[in-house]
Amino acid sequence: MIIKGKVWKFGDHIDTDIIIPARYLNTSDPNELALHCMEDYDKDFIKNISPGDIIVAGDNFGCGSSREHAPIAIKEAGVSCVIAKSFARIFFRNAINIGLPIFESSETSLGALQGDELEIFPEKGIIKNITQNELYNTNPMPIFIQNLIASGGLVEYTKKEIERRQIEY
Amino acid sequence: MGKSITEKIILSHSDKKELKRGELIKARIDFAFANDITGPLAINVFERIGSKEVFDKNKVTLIADHFTPNKDIKSAEQTKVLKEFSREQNLNYYELGQVGIEHALLPEKGLVLPGYLIIGADSHTPTSGALGALSIGVGSTDLGVAMATGEVWLKVPESMKFLYKGKLNKWVGGKDLVLYTISKIGVDGANYRVMEFAGETIKNLSIDNRFTMCNMAIEAGAKSGIIEADEITEEYLKGRAEKEYNIFKSDLDAEYEQVIEINVADIEPQVAFPHLPENCKGISEVKDILIDQSVIGSCTNGRIEDMRIAAEILKNNKVNKRVRLIIIPATQQIYLEALEEGLLKIFIESGAIVSPPTCGPCLGGHMGILAKGERAISTTNRNFVGRMGHPESEIYLASPAIAAASAITGKISSPEEVI
Ligand code: SF4
Repeated sequence: MIIKGKVWKFGDHIDTDIIIPARYLNTSDPNELALHCMEDYDKDFIKNISPGDIIVAGDNFGCGSSREHAPIAIKEAGVSCVIAKSFARIFFRNAINIGLPIFESSETSLGALQGDELEIFPEKGIIKNITQNELYNTNPMPIFIQNLIASGGLVEYTKKEIERRQIEY
Repeated sequence: MGKSITEKIILSHSDKKELKRGELIKARIDFAFANDITGPLAINVFERIGSKEVFDKNKVTLIADHFTPNKDIKSAEQTKVLKEFSREQNLNYYELGQVGIEHALLPEKGLVLPGYLIIGADSHTPTSGALGALSIGVGSTDLGVAMATGEVWLKVPESMKFLYKGKLNKWVGGKDLVLYTISKIGVDGANYRVMEFAGETIKNLSIDNRFTMCNMAIEAGAKSGIIEADEITEEYLKGRAEKEYNIFKSDLDAEYEQVIEINVADIEPQVAFPHLPENCKGISEVKDILIDQSVIGSCTNGRIEDMRIAAEILKNNKVNKRVRLIIIPATQQIYLEALEEGLLKIFIESGAIVSPPTCGPCLGGHMGILAKGERAISTTNRNFVGRMGHPESEIYLASPAIAAASAITGKISSPEEVI
């Protein structure tokens, strides 16, 4: 899997109320959620992004509520992955569980600028900034989480797990 | 090497003999719940897995508290999903006449108990940590999977210990302690870790104040907040707990990532300025901030003690003409107690409006939304951009004492100004 896209830069503490305001949580329809992604921060975000674009943010991305609607809105908006200096705990789990790739990388957060083109090699833990011709590192994911993502998220993983147990019994 | 209360609880819910911090493990849960926002997604996950029955119908519950009484057709559809699933699965289901904000309702009903491992599809799930349980917020996928399997994947967390010493100043309570603590460590100061609140001040702190503190652990990014169960906890559980429970305590030689000592004598009532809970100032430093609305309620401060404090301040006072004061008892039981104690009469006579139990304005749902440029003082837990309404409105967080006093003066004020 190689991810390639243009950077959308965000600051520190981007909370889930910014990613998808609660006033839109009376639905769980991914398409509808995506329409309001980041609108209180930048109302044109959703109009201007192209499929495959990448969100690059600072510390504590996704802090606040447990709403899975946040990573769903981002994924459905066509964003290929989120790179941040650090993630809030529940957002981190939710993104992995629904299969939205996320990477922790301070170097990218500091180095990449709005509009830069990035190419990510998740297995190698390397992020290439094509525009600036720089290389950044990202923390490798634990094996358990790599397996989860490889299975296609927690639902698929659990299905397989349940089948495996039924065979054992 | 000794173990912390958190490690003991996780260990007792896993198949492991020993735990390593940072290790990813599977754990059995004692209780799982979701609400009208996170529930429909969790049910969808449950169905996609192909499960027919929840792992244990006594250990799963759904609570429609966020947009109820249903604020529009879409919310009504979501609530209906919860209701039908609960009926089909024979689950306890809470709405309207039975309802309360989940984090106030579960302890009140004795559904969550000391030593439990609890997951909830809501970020303020740590509230029940005040009973000496490990109570963790997760997303809908985790919850849907746990409803099917009774298990959750967890990273064994580090713990931070907060030792509070000294006597509380007048009008200072759990809300001020936790706001002050968040302002010291920052909104990601406890990311991935458990905040263990301890020390002589906590030993003497009422259960309602303990709930308030654990409730806001997530506002420092924590996996949970936890307080060891003691006599105060057991007193609270009398008549509520129908099942057996286990009291775990941290060993004296337990290892902490950090131990932070806080002398509470230094703490005055706190106010968190927009737009992060860490932006705190002591009330004496807050000058001339006019408000349009005051909200007393939520899973943070909608309990009976909070109602009593508000009534003490509002008694024989009038709400300022420029202010809407909205008071929201967190559960039907609290509503009833407030009625019996005569508190509702005081509220209404002062010019407040009393809402049925709901999350309502706390998340900008309904029952008190802010217009552009409006400003609120609120006992809720988040003052993020747009949280209570228009993206250009403002929320200041504080205790019920400050929120009540401010409603009277029309600007953010200490209770000393009105009492
Ligand atoms: S009262 Fe507010 S913080 Fe608490 S559960 Fe409801 S929306 Fe969430």
